[in-house]
Amino acid sequence: MMPGQHIDVTVLPTYRFGHRSPLWWGTVAFVVIEGLGFIFVIAAYLYLHTQNPRWPINPPPDLLWGSLLTVLLIVSEAPNVWTKRAAQSQDLRRTRIGVLVMAAIGVVAIGLRVLEFTTLNVRWDTNAYGSILWVLIGLHTAHLITDVVETLVFAVMLFAGPLDARRFTEVEENQAYWDFVVIAWIPVYITMYWLPRWFAGG
Amino acid sequence: MFGYPAVVLSIIANAILSFGLWVHHMYATGLPRLGNSFFAASSMSIAIPAGIIIFCWIATMASGRVQLRLPMLWIVSFFVLFVIGGLSGVMLASVPLDLQLTDTYAVPGHIHYVLLGGAVAPLLGALVFWFPKVTGRMLDTRPGVLQWALFLVGSFVTFGAMFVLGASGMTRRVYTYPHAMPWDTLNLVASIGAWTIGASFVVLLFNLARAYVRPVAAPVNPWGAAGLEWATPSPPPVYNFEVLPQVASRTPLWEVAQPPSVRGLRVDQREVLVTTVAEAQPDMRDPVPDPSIWPLIAAIVTSVILIASIFTPQAIAWGALPFAAVMVAWLYPRRIMAPTPDQVGPQAARS
Repeated sequence: MMPGQHIDVTVLPTYRFGHRSPLWWGTVAFVVIEGLGFIFVIAAYLYLHTQNPRWPINPPPDLLWGSLLTVLLIVSEAPNVWTKRAAQSQDLRRTRIGVLVMAAIGVVAIGLRVLEFTTLNVRWDTNAYGSILWVLIGLHTAHLITDVVETLVFAVMLFAGPLDARRFTEVEENQAYWDFVVIAWIPVYITMYWLPRWFAGG
Repeated sequence: MFGYPAVVLSIIANAILSFGLWVHHMYATGLPRLGNSFFAASSMSIAIPAGIIIFCWIATMASGRVQLRLPMLWIVSFFVLFVIGGLSGVMLASVPLDLQLTDTYAVPGHIHYVLLGGAVAPLLGALVFWFPKVTGRMLDTRPGVLQWALFLVGSFVTFGAMFVLGASGMTRRVYTYPHAMPWDTLNLVASIGAWTIGASFVVLLFNLARAYVRPVAAPVNPWGAAGLEWATPSPPPVYNFEVLPQVASRTPLWEVAQPPSVRGLRVDQREVLVTTVAEAQPDMRDPVPDPSIWPLIAAIVTSVILIASIFTPQAIAWGALPFAAVMVAWLYPRRIMAPTPDQVGPQAARS
């Protein structure tokens, strides 16, 4: 910057993408905070594992619905990245399609999650194992529902308006949030479903 | 500021080390050997970043042009008192010495050097420094110097006496002791010192009242300070600056008396200027949302949910629905703040 010269910022845009957008920094900070939340809950799960001679205390959750959801989430990254790129290239038609697809995937994911809740094989108030299992899946479900609701709101917004190019930045960050929902689920899935099978007993 | 990056890193190091030294308050409670060693080591190692900071302060004064006016008097006495408090604290990090001095008057002596030196003295320095900017009125120098002198002398007398009392065995948290103990004189001295500190605050109140009754108008920058606030009138208007000033260094007013401005922000829509992270080049005009009733509604809904959750956990689950609706209503965009998609999208590029 040249001191002594006045700067004219009239030409600057009112939106940016990626790390030049304040929204991106907000998303990063949010992911750091919530990611630590997942780490702490998994640490609590593992701590309880070390403190109990028999783990899991009840049979582990059935594999079917949770695994189907995992596959769906991983596969959903393809349309998710496609939607993010559509938003970054400021293409309204493709962004609309992508957000609608992601909203549909999100609704199906919530449906699978509901079925998954029926096969956890333990209630939240049965014992410490049940409690930490429900906290673990509950934390992820909170994020899943939050992002799907957000995606549905964007689906409405992209058709009903008010439409300006700031929507593209917002969609970009909404899809980044979905990245987090998917990535955070992998260690939770392994912790809930596979650790008790690999290290059954005590 | 001499060694600015070193000072910043040292403050961060202080913050990190602070998480691992609090057990030095509990040596006398009976700890495992490892605990004693770990917390003694972390308590002593904080002397390294603290020492870096203090030497940078001294180097800053040595390499600058010190104006020994009222705020600087407070800051220099802050350095002196705080260093004494710090050195007497690092001593206590050593477990054998701490076991001797625990629960004696030496510990309150140490902490008061730290607290009055490290917090109260710079607070009062900040008061006399920014009082002209906040109120538009000058504080009188002579009562100010008198207040400073009473405070400094009172601190040394009171807390110095406490060191000696503690070293000669007087325990803390007692309101009396047998007359046969040889502590009478020093306690009297400490009391006189404490009353001296009290008197210094009477002088401060007098000085504040005087500025209220017989105001002396403060100039824009009475201290020749470098910070941006000294470019505004005293007191500053609610909008701070008519035009956004441009800053190219940590001491903008020492480079140019009137910083060049940034122009081109809208006047019909509040905007925040966003800069690049490392170079701080203006990069974006971020529109600020208009005033809205929805944050208040969100606060009320949250309160209702939390109060209801005292009676039933169901309140969290069902309350989430109206809360989500309020959040959507709050954050839903209301008007156009950027070019529309047909102006920026691939269609626009084609046409």
